[in-house]
Amino acid sequence: MSAGLAVQLDNVGFGYGEAQFHFDALLPAGEITAIMGPSGSGKSTFLNLVAGFEEPHGGTVRIGGADMAGVPPWQRPVSMIFQENNLFAHLPVEKNVALGRAPNLKLGEADRSAVAQALQATGLGGKEKRLPHELSGGERQRVAIARALVRERPVLILDEPFASLGPALRAEMVEEVRALHRRRGMTILFVTHHPEDAERLADQVVLLDDGRTIATGPAQDFFGAAAPEPFRRYLGKPLPSPG
Amino acid sequence: MARLRSDPRLRQGAAALAVLAVLIGGAFAGLLVEGMRNPAAALAAFDAYLLRLVRFTLWQATLSTLLSVLPALLVARALSRHPRFPGRQVILQLFAVPLALPAIVAALGLLALLGRAGLLASSLSVLTGGTWPGIYGLSGILVAHVFFNLPLATRLFLEALDTVPADQHRLAAQLGFTPFSTFRFIEWPALRQSLPSVAGLVFMLCVTSFTLVLTLGGGPRATTLEVAIYQALRFDFDPARAVSLTLVQLGVTALVLVLLARLGADTAGEANPSVSPRRFHRPSTGERMANAALIALATLFVLGPIAATVISGMSADLARLLFEDAVRNAAATSLWLSSLAAGLAVLLSLSLIRARRTLSQDRTGSFRPFRWLTETGAGYVLVIPPIVIGAGWFILLRRAADVFALAPAMVILVNGVMAMPFALRLIRPAYEDGANRHDRLCASLGIQGWQRFRLVDWPVLRRPLLAALAFAMALSLGDLGVIALFGSEQVQTLPYLLLARMSSYRTADAAGLALFLALLTLALMLLADRLGGRRR
Amino acid sequence: MRKTLLTLFLSGAFAAGLLPAAAQEKLTVYTYGSFTAEWGPGPLVEKAFEAECQCDVSFVAVADGVALLNRVKLEGASTQADIVLGLDTNLTAEARATGLFAPHGVDTASLAIPGGWEDETFLPFDYGYFAFVYDTEAVATPPGSLKALVEGDASQKIVIQDPRTSTPGLGLLLWIKAVYGDRAEAAWEQLSDRVLTVTPGWSEAYGLFTSGEAPMVLSYTTSPAYHMIAENTERYQAAAFEEGHYLQVEVAALTTKGANNPLAKRFMAFMLTPAFQDAVPETNWMFPAAKTSEPLNPAFDKLVEPTKTLSLPAEEIAANRKQWVDEWLAVMSR
Repeated sequence: MSAGLAVQLDNVGFGYGEAQFHFDALLPAGEITAIMGPSGSGKSTFLNLVAGFEEPHGGTVRIGGADMAGVPPWQRPVSMIFQENNLFAHLPVEKNVALGRAPNLKLGEADRSAVAQALQATGLGGKEKRLPHELSGGERQRVAIARALVRERPVLILDEPFASLGPALRAEMVEEVRALHRRRGMTILFVTHHPEDAERLADQVVLLDDGRTIATGPAQDFFGAAAPEPFRRYLGKPLPSPG
Repeated sequence: MARLRSDPRLRQGAAALAVLAVLIGGAFAGLLVEGMRNPAAALAAFDAYLLRLVRFTLWQATLSTLLSVLPALLVARALSRHPRFPGRQVILQLFAVPLALPAIVAALGLLALLGRAGLLASSLSVLTGGTWPGIYGLSGILVAHVFFNLPLATRLFLEALDTVPADQHRLAAQLGFTPFSTFRFIEWPALRQSLPSVAGLVFMLCVTSFTLVLTLGGGPRATTLEVAIYQALRFDFDPARAVSLTLVQLGVTALVLVLLARLGADTAGEANPSVSPRRFHRPSTGERMANAALIALATLFVLGPIAATVISGMSADLARLLFEDAVRNAAATSLWLSSLAAGLAVLLSLSLIRARRTLSQDRTGSFRPFRWLTETGAGYVLVIPPIVIGAGWFILLRRAADVFALAPAMVILVNGVMAMPFALRLIRPAYEDGANRHDRLCASLGIQGWQRFRLVDWPVLRRPLLAALAFAMALSLGDLGVIALFGSEQVQTLPYLLLARMSSYRTADAAGLALFLALLTLALMLLADRLGGRRR
Repeated sequence: MRKTLLTLFLSGAFAAGLLPAAAQEKLTVYTYGSFTAEWGPGPLVEKAFEAECQCDVSFVAVADGVALLNRVKLEGASTQADIVLGLDTNLTAEARATGLFAPHGVDTASLAIPGGWEDETFLPFDYGYFAFVYDTEAVATPPGSLKALVEGDASQKIVIQDPRTSTPGLGLLLWIKAVYGDRAEAAWEQLSDRVLTVTPGWSEAYGLFTSGEAPMVLSYTTSPAYHMIAENTERYQAAAFEEGHYLQVEVAALTTKGANNPLAKRFMAFMLTPAFQDAVPETNWMFPAAKTSEPLNPAFDKLVEPTKTLSLPAEEIAANRKQWVDEWLAVMSR
């Protein structure tokens, strides 16, 4: 029902203060793309431009072919999961998820069952009434995923969603996202610092450096022998100089 | 950009600034129009009397500042040297009381204690070997100013001392610093940094002090500009003189502000003493005794007038007062005026905070003046004396309407605006914190407007908003500035009634009313403290 | 935008301020603070007149006599007052010049004011002589003259009233002017050392005196009568000054608004009847302006009798008051 839409950044320019950005990328519909690059390279800006938290100064952001200029975040076909502060600390799990369905919490029968299903699917059944501080870090991110589920938007953006989790939990969450993708087939963009996350999850990789898209390609290329040189440098594994 | 321009939060912020602009601008317009009508009379008011007023205003403020700030340095240091002793917390809370205590209550408390017929008069007569002269005039003004500002300065200095990193204290202990070298290398640098802003704040408060000078100053010799403005309007009905005095008052405040800014002072200081970090030194017995004496002395000095208020209040016929129509009416008037003023203060601050937050997303810089106004500019209303705003509107409105009938509107507006900077400080941290956590989330989920307020903002901001409301209400409840100008038989607040009873020399009644007023404001302060302090 | 805001703001302010005024049979009298005090003549007079007229009398208290005139000037023709009660002879010329007062139309034959009375606008209700009242337990030898007061021991403090607000304060200003003439400024300069404080009204000053804050206060020759009658003590006495005492005649007048209110005219006539005059001696502690129903308490016979009565012409006062007050301010702020 929420099959993915292609995301395209066409000659997108943006800047504030000293920082200048220029992005060109095509993220195919229904695929998972990892956005990587050193800190300050513009990963968050990239996501913010797609999600609508920033408006480009030039160029076009298209989702499913539609120009997103002037479309506010909540009207874009996009769900977003942040690194932290995904939940309203004063609202129980159930309501946090329900807000993804109705921003005024007025739920119909269909909405209620969608919420219940999403909670079951993310293994949060029985924890509906808990407050966020009564949950573990992993559970909190799952609530966010459950909310993304009920929103049923064709594009899901994850901004370093696993950064604050330990290795075991991170692996678990990667599986959670993979399962979500299998069920819904949406387009997923995620930012990560961990190559292994990207390797396990991504179909495609976009590499940013100094505010520019410097390499784009299928994940197996990036993690195979034919990895582009900038990506090797980013990983700290440059090709041994010939000779 | 376009989206920013049409944001309703900016419109609300602009509306809040417009209220401030109209209130202040209207007052100035009133003064200027009146000044232009009769320029000769306004010029004639620049006489020897005015010169003496300026001199006395600055002189008493200088003395008050010295007498408040220098002892405060010592008391704060003593308190910081002993971060843990039974009663320390109580003393710090006691030091917060004068901030909320209505000036007229304090004035009465001081008279009950140190007046010629006060509780301590006979012992003081014996001590000084003559008849105790009482505290009329300069001495009364100074004692009252020190009562208000010594505890404030102490709390601010203590806060500065608490910012010294614990490692420095560890280092001092390891190097075996004497108390003097600790003072010289650790404590003094921290104190010196906050000295200009603390001294500046105290000086400003003393320059603009109204109620204390009105009640404790004795006649033309001990009169400040603010009181003279009031007298020119209510005594003489001499608007031309009021205009000249007001202009001079503004000039003096502006000059003081500029000088302070040169010294690097932040005149919008605030006091929130944290729990002191651990100390690693062991003060000698001598130092301990000296510190204990200092703290005890300061505590007694603050406690005395408060205790005198309670003692003389208890001797009043409280039951009769409670059932007196005039008292009940004044209490009701006070409560509704101050709750509306507090509501206005909170509304204004919330609008400004929200606009400021929205503007912080502006990266073009084209909103910079607007942002400055919502951020810093609004705080400057504090340096415009309420009596000046009152005087301007009084002069402006008197041709159009019965000014005394306009009292409620003026009291609400001026007190609301004057309490706004305090409300701003209480609400802003919680709002910023909530906005950092929720803005993007709400934007991505489309939670907006009323829904956002109901589901997200209200649960988070409820406590700080109520705290700000209670604090603003406590401040307006004790105000005498505007009501002194606009008050009449029809509109009387508790402080106004108190002043009237004091004037008709019904001392017992005045003492009883002072006790009521003190209890009301302290209850509100306590509430504000509770609500504000328990934030997650 | 700003204009609509201003309009909104103003209309809100007006709505909050202008409470509906009951148009029913009502008389509004502006007077000074101590007149309306519980122990003052106000309550008695109000009761007596209300019983007679079946109407509602409301007294509005304004600090003291001079402030009273300022208040009426401030309000101008829009004033709520039908009657202004508590100006004195030192203010009548200035008050008349405002054009805010109307003829009283009362027969003045029954008046008993020293020096007689002829004025179509201002009608006396009592009179008295300014005097310094002292506490015999704190002052052994009271000054026998104004000169002795001015030149006396500066550590023996006095409390006086502000001439900008208070008729006694203005009275002292004129008293010193009458005695010292051009040398008044120097006299004030000398006297200022003795002044503990300057209060806005008579009642504050007298309160300070009776509570022991000062041993001497500017008041009236009649003030000791209060202590003799109400407190049965001769502890507080007025000092007789050989230069003479300044006379104060307290007056009331109809405003132009009151001239159209039949109740106001009736009140003016009522003022000279025993029902009003009976309240004067032992609540306002002044001499009645007309006949009382019973002779005065014998205590009034024990009071200081001025050897000479001083007063300045009302026109001279009106022409010079502001200048003299400014002069006083300049000296007293030194």
